[in-house]
Amino acid sequence: MLDHILSVLIFFPALAAVFGFMIQKEAMRTYGVAVSFIEFVLALILWYAFDNSVAGMQFMENIPLIPAFGINYTLGVDGISVFIVILSAFFTFLGIASLTDTPKVKYMIVTLLFLQMTMVGVFAALDAIVFYTFWELSLVPMLYIIGAWGGPLRIYASIKFFLYTFAGSLVMLVGMLFMAYFYYQAAGVWSFSLLDWYRLVLPENYQLWLFAAFFIGFAIKVPMFPFHTWLPYAHGQAPTIGSVILAAILLKMGTYAFVRFSLPLFPDASAYFMMPIAVLAIIMVIYTAMVAYAQKDIKQVVAYSSISHMGIIILGTFALNVEGISGSIFLMLGHGVVAGALFMLVGVIYDRRHTKLMSEFGGLAHVMPRYATIFGIMLMASVGLPLTINFVGEFLSLLGFYQQSHILTLLAGTGIIVGAIYMLAAYKKAFFGDITNEANRNLPDVNKKELFGLIPLVIVAIWLGVYPKPVLDPINNSVEAIVQLMHNKSTTALAKERIPDLTAPKVVIVKETIIEEVN
Amino acid sequence: MLAPVNIPLESLNVMTLTPMLIPIIGALLILVIDVAKGGLHKSLYVVMSLLFLAIDFFSLLGSAGVFAQNGTMLGMFDVMLIDGLAILAQFIIVGASMLFIPLALTHKRFHEFAYPEFFALFLFMIGGFQFMVATDNIILVFVGLETSSLALYTLIAMHNRDKSFEAAVKYFTMGALAAGFFSFGAMILYALTGSVEINKIALVLAANGYADMGYVLVGISFMLAAFAFKLSLIPFHTWAPDVYEGASAAMAGYMSIVPKIAGFVVAMRFFEFLVHSHIVWLQMVLYAFVILTMTASNMWALVQTDVKRMLAYSSISHAGFVMAAVLIGTTQANSALFLYWILFSFTNLGSFSMLWISRQKHLPDGQSSDHSYDKFAGMIKTAPVAAVIMGLFMLSLAGVPPFALFWGKLYMISSAVTSGYTILALIMALNSAIAGYYYLKLIVYMFMKEPVVGANGEIYVSNATLALRTIIGIAAIGTIFAFVAINPLLEFITAFVYNSGY
Repeated sequence: MLDHILSVLIFFPALAAVFGFMIQKEAMRTYGVAVSFIEFVLALILWYAFDNSVAGMQFMENIPLIPAFGINYTLGVDGISVFIVILSAFFTFLGIASLTDTPKVKYMIVTLLFLQMTMVGVFAALDAIVFYTFWELSLVPMLYIIGAWGGPLRIYASIKFFLYTFAGSLVMLVGMLFMAYFYYQAAGVWSFSLLDWYRLVLPENYQLWLFAAFFIGFAIKVPMFPFHTWLPYAHGQAPTIGSVILAAILLKMGTYAFVRFSLPLFPDASAYFMMPIAVLAIIMVIYTAMVAYAQKDIKQVVAYSSISHMGIIILGTFALNVEGISGSIFLMLGHGVVAGALFMLVGVIYDRRHTKLMSEFGGLAHVMPRYATIFGIMLMASVGLPLTINFVGEFLSLLGFYQQSHILTLLAGTGIIVGAIYMLAAYKKAFFGDITNEANRNLPDVNKKELFGLIPLVIVAIWLGVYPKPVLDPINNSVEAIVQLMHNKSTTALAKERIPDLTAPKVVIVKETIIEEVN
Repeated sequence: MLAPVNIPLESLNVMTLTPMLIPIIGALLILVIDVAKGGLHKSLYVVMSLLFLAIDFFSLLGSAGVFAQNGTMLGMFDVMLIDGLAILAQFIIVGASMLFIPLALTHKRFHEFAYPEFFALFLFMIGGFQFMVATDNIILVFVGLETSSLALYTLIAMHNRDKSFEAAVKYFTMGALAAGFFSFGAMILYALTGSVEINKIALVLAANGYADMGYVLVGISFMLAAFAFKLSLIPFHTWAPDVYEGASAAMAGYMSIVPKIAGFVVAMRFFEFLVHSHIVWLQMVLYAFVILTMTASNMWALVQTDVKRMLAYSSISHAGFVMAAVLIGTTQANSALFLYWILFSFTNLGSFSMLWISRQKHLPDGQSSDHSYDKFAGMIKTAPVAAVIMGLFMLSLAGVPPFALFWGKLYMISSAVTSGYTILALIMALNSAIAGYYYLKLIVYMFMKEPVVGANGEIYVSNATLALRTIIGIAAIGTIFAFVAINPLLEFITAFVYNSGY
């Protein structure tokens, strides 16, 4: 079974979703929890069986799909993707388990299970077309979740979400076709296999164009400034579960794809575009942090802060060294846990008051102490307090970029401070002070179902903040392999300078110091 | 006195005629049955047509086997040309017709199916299309084209609604104009080269180095206009949406597939050598046609309020997309055309059939159209299975992987990439994104809006019978599991196109 565990992880939820149509309405929730729990256990088995010392791909599967055109069903995970796969199983489980009373709950759970198939598929695919298939397919369940269970503007928000991402990915598809064609010219056979593409060294001007084509697809998904406008609408209108999955997993597809595609395929172009992208990332960090400060709706605050943190992830990725990339991948996990938890927490209060305006709240700490505590912990994790999960990722990302540019790193650090300001301000407005609104006087504190969703997230946020080694080590291993690949493949002097050569002894020493610092 | 002409029968190679003769014999047989014993139920004629089409299909399999072994066959004084293109196109024509004809077995009674002539005309039309694709003699192309078109006009008119008459007359008028253009073009090329066979025209033109370029261009212009009418390329598309609207939904779906593939094959035969001889003017005009057709019809489709008209414009857009293959002109592009059209025929026939099974005989008061978006609002609540299937067809038309049409789009865009048409590839990709909007609009109506027609899902399947459900089931399964079939299809198509020299 371990040989095909990735296929099982992908298609088990889909199969369960199809069978789910036969389940009676009242039993559906239990069915959903059971299925997603089995999936989570399978993901844990994957982690258990995963060999931490191997940098390359594991659990690979390969079935020819369209050999005449070089398309194969190729799967595999390495240290970079394995944890995101586990995270998506984790979040689907928690999301379904803590799902609040929803109309048409049966359709919701079926949709979530389909969504899970596409999420795992994206992170496990090693063939560009298979990747693209899951990437596009993930839009459909999300479209339905936002459009059918969302707020008043749900149709506008869902269509905007779909079309924006769809248009971007089609440009990316053209890029993929070019990449396959270049491979065909070089090797004489068609191939969409990522591992084949890794061996292809392209001239710099081709790299620049292809990088741009892929960039449009990925940047819209992340979403990077100035392509971010669909996200606040999607978050604003989506039901809680939609926002949780969107922030925790779906956005990571973009940043993950940068690491998986853009960096190793186009090392010269990555080095060439490093500074412009870093500037965009920093604008993203600071600008969205300021926008978040101006929001009245608490969900929008979380949404914009989520975009802001995605900026740090991009910055870390484009540091092009081991610290930065490892940090950004760790931050993807951290951001997933924290942003997902924050959206769940916003959902808790929304279920009680059916409003998300901060002016409606105040003094919540008096009536909902447990809620305030969990919110506080997650808030601290979100602003990157040491000993929480985001600190590790943010610190490593910034440390990585510090080696490329001091000033830009400083600016990004400022962004994090602004982030702390608006988050604390929001927390103060909503939780401290006197109870100004009588409607808040008798709010019930978090119930068992909600705690069941939130407590594991709190545990993970603190556990990985204190002791990130079990996760960081495999990530580091795989990232080292990628950085070395990039260095070997790079042709321009600029890229050679910006992408470190790990076989040179000096860098190894630097790397070890950093890990000790973290621990 | 003339010397006696002695032609051995073998040299005629009568076998090349078999696939075309089968539907014609079938049509005659249906007419004979009607004369002998009239007033029989339509199911007899449906099944008869289906059987003859099945025999036709098997005879095509035979031709395909012979082609795979011996290559291109000529017959009947070299008028018939059975090459890979002819065989592939006939497969699509006959296959799509077999999917179409059971749609006549509706739950409600419709006027046209009561006449056996409907089925006879239908089979004559298929014979005409088969002649059209299996020759490179312009005169036979013209005869096939007119046979099939005249039959098609009548089939549309037999739907017996005011709009159907309007559609038929409109189609007829425009078709007559196109026929005129075609004969003018053929005349000029004959005057220039002394031949009506496309390969000889190509040889003569190449031999004298396109000396009379001016006349050649005039001839090409007429031909281009004629094909543009038939393939509904913008700006010669004006008839298409009205005709689709006037025809029954099933017939509209059929019209979006079969006449077009016949047109594409002839266009491929005719324009390919011209494109390859680097006539810049032709390349630019074709480029303009492709981009204009794709983009403008997408824009029009965006603003439609009627699903059938939306699908009509989307079919035009798909035709423009595929026309790119004629412009690119590589083996990969031509294979992509066939692959695309096979997948498209499943999906598009499926979606038109979904409209067909929701057909009401009498419109409720205050409704001017039977297929408005509003009719489909909230369909997921009242008819979930039908809504999911319709949504599936829409996603496939929009090119969402892994559904059928994605693979066609993928291969087509790849052929543009491979031949250096980067801008074209990007425009094709972006057009798919624009098209995403109007397909999504129907999904939004079906899945996210509240039902307005009352909580009765019956109207969406009121016309359904076992036969119709089966056809839709086949289309849906073909759409979902297309990825399994792509590889064998692709190898088959590429081999046939390559061995025909395209």
